Amino acid sequence: MSKIIVVTSGKGGVGKTTTSAAISAGLAKRGQKTVVIDFDVGLRNLDLIMGCERRVVFDFINVIQGDAKLKQALIKDKRLENLAVLPTSQTRDKDALTREGVEKVLNELREEFDYIICDSPAGIEKGAQLAMYFADEAIVVTNPEVSSVRDSDRVLGLLNSRTRRAEQAGMEPVKAHALLTRYDTARVARGEMLTVEDVLEILAIPLLGIIPESPAVLRASNVGTPIVLDEPSKAGTAYEEAVARLMGEQVELRIATNERPGLFQRLFKRSA
Amino acid sequence: MSIFGFQFRPRKAATAQTAKERLQILLAHERIDTKAQDILPLLQRDILEVIRRHMQIDGDAVDIRMERDDERSSLEINIELPDARGGPARLQR
Repeated sequence: MSKIIVVTSGKGGVGKTTTSAAISAGLAKRGQKTVVIDFDVGLRNLDLIMGCERRVVFDFINVIQGDAKLKQALIKDKRLENLAVLPTSQTRDKDALTREGVEKVLNELREEFDYIICDSPAGIEKGAQLAMYFADEAIVVTNPEVSSVRDSDRVLGLLNSRTRRAEQAGMEPVKAHALLTRYDTARVARGEMLTVEDVLEILAIPLLGIIPESPAVLRASNVGTPIVLDEPSKAGTAYEEAVARLMGEQVELRIATNERPGLFQRLFKRSA
Repeated sequence: MSIFGFQFRPRKAATAQTAKERLQILLAHERIDTKAQDILPLLQRDILEVIRRHMQIDGDAVDIRMERDDERSSLEINIELPDARGGPARLQR
């Protein structure tokens, strides 16, 4: 039975697309047939993060509107055979998305894929609501920062009220997981940043993982490689552990320290 | 810079340059005409129509792929033609 997982946050810039790319590549690496869909109509970016921007021909909207078949729009990843990307339109707007259209495409994807990852746009408008509507599970990406936590709380409210699972009697609610990104242990230690415990106490949902602040994330986006497929990094490892938990494995939570090396490390180690 | 074998700068290739080049190629295409991106479904429909004037083919039988580069873009169109014996034949152009 395939699973539809929405990656959402409310707030922009917290790492939804980075997370969608990392989680989907991580699942595919573990042999799961995975597709990742960009729901941010008009502001396509998942293709850049996945490194397939030059291969986009047809998109999600073309499929919804019947201008292209699903298999024509799916871009097969060149690194992982189990992974496919469904890019969105760069020229239309979110009104091109319809609930019926989204449902039809998702149903067709369910036949082929084990995991369907929906990369939500920021905000709580139509695009974000459609990205979460059919979800079985949600990854709520949160930065340890007041506005991000507040927006995550708002999104959790929507997951519990404006989704198919919330509306249909007898269905389990959407299973939401928190994913803390850009976590800076040094700043937490200095009392400058909310701790994991602080955030979890407020949001009251299980934790999927903690991704440390890391220069490897920018590096990976520069070259269009999901972080789990790039050179080994603490952020990449943290995402791989999150993927294992998402698949139901018990992986002990470790809080990786930042990847910003100190002067001493910089002098005596050659890796950055 | 390297003193006594220690390297002060990271040894990895600068990825910012890769990022810049990727963006330049992408944006050059996107800026030309945003409507140009929407011609592909129309192009596909027209191609199918022309071929259908001469033979029976299935709407699913057309596969269009694009590869964009800094110097050129290529459009690859694969059309599965029905074989005389019933099996699909492939015309590539």
